[in-house]
Amino acid sequence: MQTTGAALTMRLLERQGIGVVAGIPGGASLPLYDALRDSGIRHVLARHEQGAGFIAQGMARATGRPAVCFATSGPGATNLLTAVADAKLDSIPLVAITGQVPSAMIGTDAFQEIDTYGLTVPITKHNFLVRSAEELLDVVPDAFRIATSGRPGPVVVDVPKDVQQARIDVGALPEPGRPDPPPRVADDDIARAAALIDAARRPLLLVGAGIIAAGAASTLRRLAEKASIPVASTLLGLGAMPHDHPRFLGMVGMHAARFTNLVLEECDLLVGLGIRFDDRATGRIAEFCPRARVIHVDIDPSELGKIRQPALGVVADVGEALRALEPRVTATARAAWSARVAALRTTHPLATPGDDDPLQPYGIIRHTAALLPDDAIVTTDVGQHQMWAAQAYPFTTPRQWLTSGGLGTMGFGLPAAIGAALACPGRRVVCFSGDGSLLMNVQELATAAEENVDVKIVLLNNAHLGLVRQQQELFYGARFHASRFHVEPDFAAVARAFGVPAVDLGASASPLDALAGMLASPGPCLVNVPIAAEANVYPMVPPGGANRDMISGGSHANV
Amino acid sequence: MRTSERETAVLRLRVRNHPGVMSHVCGLFARRAFNVEGILCVPLADGQASAILLLVPEDARLEQVVQQLRKLEDVLSIERAPEAAGAFDAVAAHVELPGVA
Repeated sequence: MQTTGAALTMRLLERQGIGVVAGIPGGASLPLYDALRDSGIRHVLARHEQGAGFIAQGMARATGRPAVCFATSGPGATNLLTAVADAKLDSIPLVAITGQVPSAMIGTDAFQEIDTYGLTVPITKHNFLVRSAEELLDVVPDAFRIATSGRPGPVVVDVPKDVQQARIDVGALPEPGRPDPPPRVADDDIARAAALIDAARRPLLLVGAGIIAAGAASTLRRLAEKASIPVASTLLGLGAMPHDHPRFLGMVGMHAARFTNLVLEECDLLVGLGIRFDDRATGRIAEFCPRARVIHVDIDPSELGKIRQPALGVVADVGEALRALEPRVTATARAAWSARVAALRTTHPLATPGDDDPLQPYGIIRHTAALLPDDAIVTTDVGQHQMWAAQAYPFTTPRQWLTSGGLGTMGFGLPAAIGAALACPGRRVVCFSGDGSLLMNVQELATAAEENVDVKIVLLNNAHLGLVRQQQELFYGARFHASRFHVEPDFAAVARAFGVPAVDLGASASPLDALAGMLASPGPCLVNVPIAAEANVYPMVPPGGANRDMISGGSHANV
Repeated sequence: MRTSERETAVLRLRVRNHPGVMSHVCGLFARRAFNVEGILCVPLADGQASAILLLVPEDARLEQVVQQLRKLEDVLSIERAPEAAGAFDAVAAHVELPGVA
């Protein structure tokens, strides 16, 4: 058939099962958009390319399937970079398609020309500069294969305008790109892992994003129950275990509950499943799980031994590894260890002061959760509100918790929530944000209103960059600087100006009723929650400190 | 000093032959502040692939860099090739500038 590079691209995206793309058009991507108009793909018009990137990330994180965003050349591409880098750090399958100036003008400093290929080398799993329309037949399926194989990640496909416009004859279309099969799990490795677990007196499972990516939550639970092993989670592993499961210890690391870090301190075998020993999770690495031998299971061979040398490293899809491992592990009650973990949980629980008050951090998170179904999707921005939500939200299911972990990108929450709502119609979506973070992609309120997505923004507003303020208080002698906003926008009025209903709980006679009313109404809304600037996230491990050295503050400085 | 006398390693990579490969490979070293002392690149017979020889310091971080190189989509294979160190000495004779000590 006769077609163009642009139309061929749309056809190949359709064959990948892509139904929605987020983006912003521009001069160098107009042929793509012209072809998009005739395709079966729905376009969501973001208001900034970073928003488009995070909308696509929201779709990918909520479903586990690759998602697509579009941007034009030059500033369109540079605006996308943060969302692409964020996908790299958190291993999210994202395919970003960018327009580029015509091939003959590349290298001439043409209008809106930038070296997108060069810029995206260090922040992608792979990238392509497409040289001809024929190449699209290989590049597009390859982009999806690479984004979804092994450890997922972002792929950028840069398509010059002349390649989009080129007319070509295409015979049979290529098969859609699918993930490569994971490496075969070595039977020896599984036997050794089972023996190490059986021999351990105080084993612990630490799960991360890999357990979510592998869809291995139910197998994990079976193993933990059968062998009576406690399970802790990194920030991105939350949701793999139900919050109230008796074996679940919650999140580890800088803002872990005290007992969680103390259990890690005492374990004699750490089984890391789809984790990468991030410094926010481990604290000072030399003092992380000091008594433990390590089994590390990850699909990325370069992670084994990168930070902590394991006694046994297993390169495998963590789901396949767990399915092979679970039957080989001996069922046992581990009475002494279980009792010790229970005792630590009792003596060093997570303190959640104010959790009955909707105008305090833990209170607004708990009340919001209580008003939403168990499987509501929760996105966050980055800062104190993110850590309070990670500590206190009652997660029950994988892919319910979408947060920017590795890159820590303020501005992630709102567009990611829009993406999640688009990808999961019928699911409730709440975005916990902060007044610093929300402003970083506030323009996406317009997208939320236009798409009428069911996204509830709960804004913990302390008129500060709260986590910066907290670190200045704790580690810089309370020499506060550049962490307070002296002009405080009326966020409810801002939301309404974009066409998004809003309420200010601070001005409400009955905050809880106002919250319930907003969460029950259809479509997007914003709930402004004034909170005290002095509220800090505790416990806190000082950056660079050992996890056992947790700072508590104020009302719960009991240890 | 001859390359073989220093604490160096030689890596031999087979890579896809297209314009972006070198930036992917060199970028990995650059962002880790890992110096590359020598690079040789020649196309292989079929024109689809190239061979790259890298002369790099033998460093505790090298194994991690090799692991990361292995992950690059355009890197088809990577191996240590100590026997190829002489190639850099052979090239040196062609690039030394007259009159420079």
